[in-house]
Amino acid sequence: MFDKLKIFLRDIFRNRAMLLMVLPGALWFLLFSYLPMAGTIISFKQYRYSKDGFFASIIDSKWVGLDNFKFLFSTSDAYIITRNTVLYNAAFIILGLILAVAMAIILVELTNRRLSKFFQTAMFMPYFLSWVIVGYFVFSFLSFDKGLINKTFEWMGMERINWYSEPSKWPFILVLVNLWKLVGYNSVVYLAAIMGIDRSLYEAAMIDGAGKWKQITNITIPLLVPVISIMTLLAVGKIFYADFGLFYQVPRDSGLLYSMTNVIDTYVFRGLKINGEIGMSTAAGLYQSFVGFLLVLLSNYIVRRKNKDNALF
Amino acid sequence: MPVKKPKRFDQISPAANFLLSLLTGVIAIACVFPFLFVVIISFTNEKSLASNGYRIIPKEWSLEAYQYIFRTGEALLRSYGVTIFVTVVGTLLSLVIITLYAYAIFQRSFKYRRFFSFFAIFTMLFNGGMVPTFIVVTQLLHMKDTIWALIMPMLVNAFYILIMRTFFSTMVPTAIIESGKIDGASELQTFIRLVLPLSLPGLATIGLFNTLGYWNDWFNALLYIDAPNLVPLQSMLMRIETSMQFIMQNSTNASLSTGILQDMPQDTSRMAMVVLATGPIVLAYPFFQRYFVQGLTIGAVKE
Repeated sequence: MFDKLKIFLRDIFRNRAMLLMVLPGALWFLLFSYLPMAGTIISFKQYRYSKDGFFASIIDSKWVGLDNFKFLFSTSDAYIITRNTVLYNAAFIILGLILAVAMAIILVELTNRRLSKFFQTAMFMPYFLSWVIVGYFVFSFLSFDKGLINKTFEWMGMERINWYSEPSKWPFILVLVNLWKLVGYNSVVYLAAIMGIDRSLYEAAMIDGAGKWKQITNITIPLLVPVISIMTLLAVGKIFYADFGLFYQVPRDSGLLYSMTNVIDTYVFRGLKINGEIGMSTAAGLYQSFVGFLLVLLSNYIVRRKNKDNALF
Repeated sequence: MPVKKPKRFDQISPAANFLLSLLTGVIAIACVFPFLFVVIISFTNEKSLASNGYRIIPKEWSLEAYQYIFRTGEALLRSYGVTIFVTVVGTLLSLVIITLYAYAIFQRSFKYRRFFSFFAIFTMLFNGGMVPTFIVVTQLLHMKDTIWALIMPMLVNAFYILIMRTFFSTMVPTAIIESGKIDGASELQTFIRLVLPLSLPGLATIGLFNTLGYWNDWFNALLYIDAPNLVPLQSMLMRIETSMQFIMQNSTNASLSTGILQDMPQDTSRMAMVVLATGPIVLAYPFFQRYFVQGLTIGAVKE
C-alpha cells in the first residue's frame, strides 16, 4: 500500500513538467465540460436556485424522477424538433456531399489553374461569415417590402410572398442557405484527397486510351470513396446536433416559422432563456447528448472497422 | 475530309472546359454576391431605397449611411473594442493552453498521455448541453455580464488539441526532442526553443481558427451579456434588429415610432454596419485561406 503510494508520487514527480502542461486545459475541461455533464442530473429534478450557491442549488432541488422527460415527450414538440433536426441534417449531408465532391472534381479538371483557384477562394468566402451576417444577407433577398425576390416578383407581376411567415418555404431556404455557406468548406477535404491521388494511375489510364470522363468515374471517384464514407459517417454521428445559428438567425427567430425551423438546439435555448423551463430544457439537452453519444459510438465503430487510422478513438 | 485534331486524354475538351468554367463561375459568383449586394445597399440613398427596395443598381448612390455611423458611432466603436479585445486575448490564451496540452499528450514519455487524451476526446462524444453549462458559468463562476463570459466558454476545444497533436507528430522529428534532452535542456526549454519554431504552421492554423471563432461569436453574448458596454460586434448587429422590430411592432402611435426610428440606424446604416463588421474578414481571408485548408485536411485524416 505504502509502496504503491510512493511509486505513484514518484511517477507524478517524474512527469511533473507534462502534468503542468496539461493542467490549464484539464482544469478547463473539468469546469466547462465535466461539471456540466454532472449537472445534467437536474433533468431529474425540479431546479430551484438557492442562495447558498451552485452546489446547494443542485443538491437541494427536489427529485422528480422522469417527470421532465415525460412532460417533454407528451408534447408534440419532441417529435417536431427531432424530425426537423434529423431530416435537415440528412439533407445537408446528402446534398452537401454531392455538391462538394462534384465541385472538387470540376475545380481540379478546369484547364485554367488561376481561374480555378479564384473560384475556389470565392466559394470559400461564406464559411468565414457569421450566421448573424448571413441572416442579414438572406433578409436582403427575402424582406417583404424591399427584398430582391419580392421586388422581382412585383416586376414580373406576381404576388409578393411573406417569406418570414410561411413555414412551408423554409425547408428549401434553409437547405439552400446551408449548402451555400458550406460548399467551399466541404469541397476542401475532397480537393485535397484528389490532389493526393497518384498521378501515374491517370497516366496508365491515358495510355490505355481512357478519356477524362472514364478517368473520373474509374479512378477519381473510387479512390474518393474511403474519404467520402468517413466524412459521411462522422457527419451521421452528429446528426442529432443542429447548427444553432442557421436555425436561429436565418429565420430571424420568427415564431410563425417554428414548425419548420425549431430544432433541438433552438428548443433548448428557448426553454432556458425565454420560458425558464430549466428542468425540461435540460432533459431535452440530455436526450440530445445521449442519442448523439450512441450515434457517435456507432459511426466510430463502423469507421474503425473500415480503417482504424480514421477512427476518432 | 477534315483533319481530326488528336484527342487529348490529359485534359477535358475545350467545350466541356468552357461549360464547366461557366457553371463554377456562376456558383462562385453566387457565393460572393450576397456580400456585394449588402455593400451596394449600404451605399444606396435611404429615400430611394424606401421607394424602390433593395436594388442591384440603385437609383441613387449615397454615403449618408457611413456618415451617420461615424457621427453617432460610439456604440459601434465600443463593440469593435470588445470584439478585438476578446479575439486577441481569447486567441492567445487558447493557443497557449491548447498547444501545451497537445504537446504533453504527444510525448511518448508522458506516463499519463492515454488518460489525458481520453479526458479531452470524451468531451467530443458527450456533453452536458446548454443548460448545465449556463448554470455553471452564471451560478458557479459568476461570469454573467463580464468579459470572461465571452472568452472562457470557447477557450479550449478537444478537436483543436487533436489537430495540434497531429501537427506535432508530422512536423517535429522525435530526434530533435531527444537531442534537446541529451543536451540537458528542460522540458520547457526543449518545447520553446526546439519544438515551437518547427510547429509555426500548426500554431497559425489553430490561431486562425480561434480568431475566426471569437470574431464571429454572438452566441455567448446572447446567453451571458446584457450589459450594453460589453456587447461584441456580431451581437450588436443582432440587437439593432430586435430593438427595431420591437418598436415597429409595438408602437400604436405612428408619429412616435417614426420619431424614435429617426434616431435609430435605418436600413442603409444597418447594412453599412454589416459591411464594417465583415470587411476585415473578407479582406483578410484570401491570405490566410491555406492555413484553414491545412487544418481541415489534417482534421479529416488525422495521423
